[in-house]
Amino acid sequence: MSPTDPHATTEPLLSVTGLHKAFGDHEVLRGIDLSVDPGKVLVLIGPSGSGKTTVLRSINGLEIPDAGVVTATDGIRVDYAANPPRKDILALRDRTAMVFQHNNLFPHMTVLENIIEGPVQVKGISKKDATADAVELLGRVGLAEKRDAYPFQLSGGQAQRVGIVRALALKPQLLLFDEPTSALDPELVGEVLAVMKELADEGWTMVVVTHELAFARQVADEVLFMDGGVIVERGAPRDIFTAPKQERTKQFLRRILSPLD
Amino acid sequence: MTEWHLLPTAVSASADGAGTNWELALSSLWPLISGAIMGTIPLALSSFALGLVLALVVALMRLSRNRIVSGIARAYVSVIRGTPLLVQLFVIFYGLPSIGVKLDPWPSAIIAFSLNVGGYAAEVIRAAILSVPKGQWEAAYTIGMSRTRALSRIILPQAARVSVPPLSNTFISLVKDTSLASLILVTEMFKQAQKIAAFSSEFMLVYIEAALIYWIICLVLSSGQSVIEKRLDRYVAH
Repeated sequence: MSPTDPHATTEPLLSVTGLHKAFGDHEVLRGIDLSVDPGKVLVLIGPSGSGKTTVLRSINGLEIPDAGVVTATDGIRVDYAANPPRKDILALRDRTAMVFQHNNLFPHMTVLENIIEGPVQVKGISKKDATADAVELLGRVGLAEKRDAYPFQLSGGQAQRVGIVRALALKPQLLLFDEPTSALDPELVGEVLAVMKELADEGWTMVVVTHELAFARQVADEVLFMDGGVIVERGAPRDIFTAPKQERTKQFLRRILSPLD
Repeated sequence: MTEWHLLPTAVSASADGAGTNWELALSSLWPLISGAIMGTIPLALSSFALGLVLALVVALMRLSRNRIVSGIARAYVSVIRGTPLLVQLFVIFYGLPSIGVKLDPWPSAIIAFSLNVGGYAAEVIRAAILSVPKGQWEAAYTIGMSRTRALSRIILPQAARVSVPPLSNTFISLVKDTSLASLILVTEMFKQAQKIAAFSSEFMLVYIEAALIYWIICLVLSSGQSVIEKRLDRYVAH
């Protein structure tokens, strides 16, 4: 299942430099630089409105930033300031897949149809092969028996796991997670995080926006703390969580880890 | 026209008394029904089919980011909705010949009704497309779809569900509006009714009979609407 051999190259799988974005007068991103090495998990944390989701959406062109360069493997380079051609953004999307906060499953398709839609319609894989692949992936996340269910028949956690499988079925180089557990009932969060941890263990390269600090602590290779459109602090989870250097980071962690103090 | 000459003698005898009203009702039934089968129904079906295609194009034009394209669509919808259907029919059938475009009754009627449906249904389809959550577009894009493919595979199937009730309204209105085609010499059901009524002088009876047939057609359409709605609702929580 692992898409990349982590030892094959030391080149980053993806890098982002100088990302700027304003919605009207409001600057949501004020110069973001980051890069992800193959097989690594990058976790973005920070308060709401800090710009983490916009960073994630700029990586696959769902959001078009005002400036910034995204580079990926095979010489893909998207310079947002230079009105990049659509085919470059499509190439970027081709290497990524996204899991959304609200799963965004296609309600008019069954679980299986949701998963094979991209491979069959976009990648031109035969329906038979795509189905075999989808069934195998569904089995891995424990949802083999849900293949013919419609999304409305799934629990939130199940729907999100199907969302993950739909992303995996595209065989992307990079998985993007946009607060995948924020909209779930608290007791369904665990099953989704468990799948994500498994993917990290298998060597998938991931960029995850989340409020689940326990997940970040356990799974991340690098944690970025964002606030006000900039990266305030970055480092190994151990450093960020036990010895944050910036006052803003300390304050954020204090509020989340012990909200009543 | 030709069917009319086959009308039975009961028509001329009807003025004699109440007893023959039933005979008139019965004998005029077939001319009316054949008017529906040969006129009303094909006119409504073909105009609706063409009108829907036109409506989809107009709806997409209205949603276009290009101001000129959306402006053209907006103007079209405004004209269609802002002028009477009867006037539209007359402009096409009686008006166009004066600028050298002479159309037969049937093509005139189909063009007028299609243009009319196109204007009304465009607004329905536009609203239905807008009712699909933005996340659906985004999910389609992230699995690599182009805008066109996202529209046809992901957005329109969901928009279809929302637009069935209002489009059914449009269709049912159209069925009844086809009676206006009688005024540009199309032999549909109402034209038949007018002829029988004029000939027999039994206006009340014949027009009520025609009304009943329109009603029955619309009842059938309503039940068809329920069937389609049920089918499209299979993926929605109840």
